[in-house]
Amino acid sequence: MLVIKDLHAKIEDKEILRGINLEVKPGEVHAIMGPNGAGKSTLSSVLAGNEKFEVSEGSVSFNDKELLELSPEDRAREGLFLSFQYPIEIPGVSMVNFMRTAVNEHRKYRGEDPISASEFLKLMRDKKKLVEIDSNLTNRSVNEGFSGGEKKKNEIFQMAMLEPKLAILDETDSGLDIDALRVVANGVNKLKSPERSTIVITHYQRLLDYIVPDYVHVLYKGRIVKSAGKELALELEEKGYDWIKKEFED
Amino acid sequence: MNVACRIVNLQEEYIKLFNDQKSLLQSGAPKKMNSLRDDALKIFEEKGIPSNKVEAYKYTNLQPYFKGSLNVAFTNDAAHNDITQHFHCEVPQLNTYNVFLVNGWFSAKDSDLNLPDGVIVCSMQEAEQKAPDVFEKYYGETAPMKEDSLVAMNTAFAQDGAFIYVPKGVVLDKPIQLVNIMTGDEDRLAFQRNLIVVDENAQLKVMLCDHTMSSQRFVINTVTEVFAKENSVFDVYNVQNQHNLTTQVQGIYVHQKKNSNILTNNLTLHAGIARNNVNVTMDDDHCESHVYGLYLSDKNQHVDNSTFINHAKPDCQSFELFKGVMDDSATGAFSGRVYVAQDAQRTNAYQSNNNLLLTDNAKINSKPQLEIYADDVKCSHGATVGQLDDEAMFYLRARGINKEEGRILLMFAFAYEVIEKIRVEPLKEQIRGLVEKRFRGEFDKCDSCVVCGQPGSNASCL
Repeated sequence: MLVIKDLHAKIEDKEILRGINLEVKPGEVHAIMGPNGAGKSTLSSVLAGNEKFEVSEGSVSFNDKELLELSPEDRAREGLFLSFQYPIEIPGVSMVNFMRTAVNEHRKYRGEDPISASEFLKLMRDKKKLVEIDSNLTNRSVNEGFSGGEKKKNEIFQMAMLEPKLAILDETDSGLDIDALRVVANGVNKLKSPERSTIVITHYQRLLDYIVPDYVHVLYKGRIVKSAGKELALELEEKGYDWIKKEFED
Repeated sequence: MNVACRIVNLQEEYIKLFNDQKSLLQSGAPKKMNSLRDDALKIFEEKGIPSNKVEAYKYTNLQPYFKGSLNVAFTNDAAHNDITQHFHCEVPQLNTYNVFLVNGWFSAKDSDLNLPDGVIVCSMQEAEQKAPDVFEKYYGETAPMKEDSLVAMNTAFAQDGAFIYVPKGVVLDKPIQLVNIMTGDEDRLAFQRNLIVVDENAQLKVMLCDHTMSSQRFVINTVTEVFAKENSVFDVYNVQNQHNLTTQVQGIYVHQKKNSNILTNNLTLHAGIARNNVNVTMDDDHCESHVYGLYLSDKNQHVDNSTFINHAKPDCQSFELFKGVMDDSATGAFSGRVYVAQDAQRTNAYQSNNNLLLTDNAKINSKPQLEIYADDVKCSHGATVGQLDDEAMFYLRARGINKEEGRILLMFAFAYEVIEKIRVEPLKEQIRGLVEKRFRGEFDKCDSCVVCGQPGSNASCL
């Protein structure tokens, strides 16, 4: 599904990703962990197509398409979803309008007719229930005045609406209390399917108690320096990142 | 009667025009109007059409626009033809009481049967008969003729416009819509003068809709005086929708008494050169005023909003918000002066002007001014100029929304705050839709009346 080969990316001449290799197959859950500044969020931004970063080397194929050649919107329409670490507030744009526009753009891309008003409302209702999002959040402007937890739940709700093939959850657990964390993780788990893959980016192991990964990778200084099964997360929780740093110090 | 004149040196020809046509100017106009003309002309002669050397008009040099070959109607012939028949606001949700003016002259109105008892809506020319005391007492009392030469020019030349009086305790549930239609086969200069008096404990909402129905060059100098008496509530929505060859100077001058609550909102959706003056004098305690504006400009359009909020008395509040979206080579200006008099204690005054510039060529000059002479006040002001937020754009695109659609959503998000301030629900809906259409580039102001969607001329958009 996703094959990343020797990916290098920089921002303002500062190289942040220095040769990432990663393969994600359908249905798999991969966790990417690592200390602050390792390049975790850069990786997710680059995959989603944020033009702030410049890809200097490497290739990414997504469902046999050259991902890096696609615009951000086409990546989304191809089925890539990024749950933002810091979702943006857009006052004046209602959640309903925002989601309907997004859903219809996806449908147009697939050659389908726009969704009818009643179908759309039903879809919203079903997905809200699925991810246990407070019903009146969707009556407000996009993320405006949402608490940290509400914003993250809203990301998962959007994911449920758009039904991506690959979801990248960028630090979705940061700043969440345990209850909100559980709601977010439940949402993710309910959307799990043999075709749908997930990349969970996190600093801590706690989220991985709820969203159990098939693989854990450690990102350090722009490279994946260690990959193993889910037990690696526990080891990192226990020992911290210092031993990794020591082992891979340039 | 129509007089064609060629203006090269401004004052010289305008003074001559005044002197030549004085008898026509005075005929039929109320005594109070005529009594102010000579003084007004003197002020105009001395100050002239403002150039950018006049501080208050620094960013809008109006002189070139008042030059050239222009026609002026000194009688109301045009207002009697059937133009207004093409113009019936039939949008059901926008239930208004309609008044039509043609080139500044009062033309037609809906039947008075729909108005509550005692409410007077008529031409300025009739006002002297229908409400002699009110007219005599208020006409010319709040428009700053001495300070602003364009008000002086209007006072010297204006012969007609709309007069509205709402008596004590009467609440109009339907807004009154004053539609001014500029039309004709010649380039034209028009003066319109309105007077609105909202008596004690009365409530009134007015929409000023300016519309061009032919593709000629139009220059319009409009002055609207408003008196909001004790405990009254008054709203005015100035919806500007004119082609690019139009120059409009629109002055709204509001005088408030105790506990009154007023709102002005200049919604400039499309205009060539627009200069909007809003002056509010809070001449009693516990007044509240809301002064808002939204301007959407592109091509070579220019919009200049100039406001003056005068906190003359204590315990008053003012809220001011102007937002602009400028595309292409559009230019604009905002200047907001807030004056808090020495004994205007416990004043709350908030002012903000935010601008979105979509290109490198678009330009805005923003000038907030606070003058505070009292010591127990809460005042704030701020001005921002920015571009579309890249992060927000990326967020939308990451959800599959294309760049163009994202741009429209974000522009709308920027503008919506001013639209939310509209206190007439159907109008708010209507404006929301129009603003979105404007951003989509689907809005052809030549096609239809901006508010009610009635067909206009087939003139191409200039």
